[in-house]
Amino acid sequence: MLYRESGQFKKTYSADMQVFPLREDRVGIAIILFIAAVVIPLTGSNFFISTVMIPFLVFALAAMGLNIVTGYTGLISLGTGAFMGVGAYACYKLTTYFPGVPIVIWILASGIFSAAIGALFGLPSLRIKGFYLAVATLAAQFFLEWCFVRIPWLFNYNASGAIEVPTRWIAGVPVTGPTATPMTRYYVILGIVVLMTWVASNILHGRIGRSFMAVRDMDIAAELMGIRLLPTKLLAFAMSSFYCGVAGATMMFLWYGGGEASDAFNINQSFIILFMVIIGGLGSLIGCFFGAALLHIIPVMLKFGLPAIGIPLAGATAEHINHLLVGGLIILFLIVEPHGLARLWQITKQKLRTWPFPY
Amino acid sequence: MVQNSTISPGDTLLKVDHVSLRFGGVKAITDVSFDIRKGEIRAIIGPNGAGKTSMLNVINGFYHPQDGTITYKGATRAKMKPYVAASQGIARTFQNVALFKGMSTLDNIMVGRTLKMKSSFFWQIFRHGPAMTEEIAHRRMVEEIIDFLEIEHIRKVPVGKLPYGLQKRVELGRALAMEPELLLLDEPMAGMNLEEKEDMCRFILDVKEQYGTTIALIEHDMGVVMDLSDRVVVLEYGRKIADGTPDEVKANQAVIDAYLGVAH
Amino acid sequence: MLYNVLIDPFVQMGAAPDLFVQTIWEGLVAGVLYALIALGFVLIFKASGVFNFAQGMMVVFAALTLVGLHEKGVPAWIAVLLTLGVMAILAIAVERIVLRPLVNQPDIILFMATFGLTFIIIGLGEFIFGGEPKQMIATELGLPQGTMRFDILGGKVIIQKIDVAAAVIASLMIAALALFFQYTRIGRALRAVADSHKAALSVGISLNQIWAIVWFAAGIVALITGIMWGARSDVSFALQVIALKALPVLILGGFTSIPGAIVGGLIIGIGEKLAEFYWGPLVGGGIENWVAYVIALVFLMVRPQGLFGDKIIERI
Repeated sequence: MLYRESGQFKKTYSADMQVFPLREDRVGIAIILFIAAVVIPLTGSNFFISTVMIPFLVFALAAMGLNIVTGYTGLISLGTGAFMGVGAYACYKLTTYFPGVPIVIWILASGIFSAAIGALFGLPSLRIKGFYLAVATLAAQFFLEWCFVRIPWLFNYNASGAIEVPTRWIAGVPVTGPTATPMTRYYVILGIVVLMTWVASNILHGRIGRSFMAVRDMDIAAELMGIRLLPTKLLAFAMSSFYCGVAGATMMFLWYGGGEASDAFNINQSFIILFMVIIGGLGSLIGCFFGAALLHIIPVMLKFGLPAIGIPLAGATAEHINHLLVGGLIILFLIVEPHGLARLWQITKQKLRTWPFPY
Repeated sequence: MVQNSTISPGDTLLKVDHVSLRFGGVKAITDVSFDIRKGEIRAIIGPNGAGKTSMLNVINGFYHPQDGTITYKGATRAKMKPYVAASQGIARTFQNVALFKGMSTLDNIMVGRTLKMKSSFFWQIFRHGPAMTEEIAHRRMVEEIIDFLEIEHIRKVPVGKLPYGLQKRVELGRALAMEPELLLLDEPMAGMNLEEKEDMCRFILDVKEQYGTTIALIEHDMGVVMDLSDRVVVLEYGRKIADGTPDEVKANQAVIDAYLGVAH
Repeated sequence: MLYNVLIDPFVQMGAAPDLFVQTIWEGLVAGVLYALIALGFVLIFKASGVFNFAQGMMVVFAALTLVGLHEKGVPAWIAVLLTLGVMAILAIAVERIVLRPLVNQPDIILFMATFGLTFIIIGLGEFIFGGEPKQMIATELGLPQGTMRFDILGGKVIIQKIDVAAAVIASLMIAALALFFQYTRIGRALRAVADSHKAALSVGISLNQIWAIVWFAAGIVALITGIMWGARSDVSFALQVIALKALPVLILGGFTSIPGAIVGGLIIGIGEKLAEFYWGPLVGGGIENWVAYVIALVFLMVRPQGLFGDKIIERI
């Protein structure tokens, strides 16, 4: 009863083709944006914002990237971590050489570099598919990881061997670096994520998104309809890596503030983002947010939540239990609902159409 | 809807010349030649394993023959490329419905319009603007097809959920969306009951009459073949054993022995 | 610079042939171990069509269980038997909890499920046995220690006895498996299941039994691999990165071929070590991490089904 579409008739095609054709959905999105932009900054503690919200947004962005190539186009990529790294290092070098340019521009521009590298490593996808392609993306992952460590120019020859994030300002307010407050960083990331989600939604709802899904579902038929496979797959890789690159740049500059990059962009990270996409829902933008939320909350709960309510857990043990839970969740979801949380959400909305009168 | 080409009805639209296709040691097609005239319905029949689907795949460019040439719209090629076939107006349906199971009916048919959609990546980023205008124009065209095939009620349904007969109809719609000059149908009526078959026959005839599309049709139901087609090619074990009007072929002894059998 | 890359390494090989042989031997040893992991993959893939990403973890888990039991005071060979029991339980659990519910899903879903399995095994292993690296109980199991020294080719080549033992044991195991698949009733059933689940079911083969058997067999292979590997270096889940190298091996050898796993393993192992030793210094070392994948990538472009695999034909 709450979620009714009756009475909402579409008189034009453009009305029918809106991303959120139902009024209830539009209201929902408005509420979410309001909560994100106003409520959380007002009520959330700095700790909450820096440990929960900012990473959540970063992961959601990375998940979007992976979802584009794996969920929408059906090309398995295990190189997500590495592509994120490319973005981070690209941003670092760009802002080192041109410190006057606003950092947000460099964060977005760094995506172009990871897009190029992503497309390069996506070239094999014309001849290989499925798990073979996954192994090819591992080549990207390990090679790029090696580059991050062995090419000192990338980290400006720092003694630490890692990116040391410089302080950058927007309108006089420090946005990156040690003096930037969580609030400022939160707003910048929120802006970036909202913008990029809007763009992704536009592209995926149009001709390009349909081409991606056609290639995923039946590439032979797609080819025989005139969709050129290689350019489409390369575009998928490029677009996906763009998003991963920007996610990596935001991770370094707006979340970590510099640190052991070898941890942040390794194969483990690739797996975690893949899990977020699987659990959230392959082929669903909103699923990226669900997946990122769930898979980020668990370790946070284990590390901070349980001790807060009196159950002490050693750091290492929390890691182990995290592994167990995540692995178990994956298997559970694949068995019960392979389309992930996004499908569960759809089903909930379906039920809301008739609640409280199920018959 | 009829494409402007220098080929008029009755002329040869497609010619297959001495085509042979092998997979390792298996000879799928051996030295087969026939032609398809513009505006006709050409049936390709024969027992299972005769090479009928392989023949369509060769015309499409999915398989590349070892020998022989394909002449389409006057241009002769040793092998067809899928993209060339599609952009030159060859569309097809498949024996085992090859729909995009993750998308709705509407989206599936919209994919058929992809070749005709020209808005650039840049405008796609914003969606509103030139990209939207183009999308609406194509949507209009797709709705005509949906109307024509009477599938309005399942527009938004994910095709995986549709019954088999409706899936085949959606597949036909997707092929039609390409505004093809040559439509290749691979057993479009397989697995349908009488009513569905009649509907499909009606649609095929309407496609020929309304849009002037040339149709090549693989079909096992002899009644359908006799009623619908203008000319028939009969294949057996990869070779052509008869070629002519339905009546000629029906009376051909070789065809009767291989395929039709006699009335008891 | 071109000289450095294209000519000089070969010159170096020729100049010090004993080092060359040494490097090749090292590569062979690593290759044997990769091949063993790949073998576990091939077993499971041949019989259930599942690409078991967790195979490498199973190796580590088996080794950890063995060492862990021994630490608690269980004598070496009893520990081996108990570990085999644990691997059997693991196989049955996997079959019941993961494979059975997913039996008709597309391969990709099963593949992802093994990712989840990987994480579970890591979590379980670390939780039970702790995260620090452990020592393999090589001497207690009667494995030879020490080295042999050959003075040949103008220099010397040093070979660890344990490596020879590993090569021998691996060969025996591979031969046994090949015979098993080819000549026993269960082996035939396994091959039938690998071809088509539905067809195998329809002739009365119990899929559940077969899968449990196959995962157990893979578990045995995993244990032996873990022992051999652990004897050379410590046992810990950091090995997972090395275990992932089995994937390029499979690509080279083909996913369904036991001889392929061996040949692929040797090629990757030797290729990797040669690359690291002779070309590595040019770029600061560490090439080992990714050379294997690049080799696999090149192979994929040229011959996607690997050296021995079945050609993939697409039909519409």
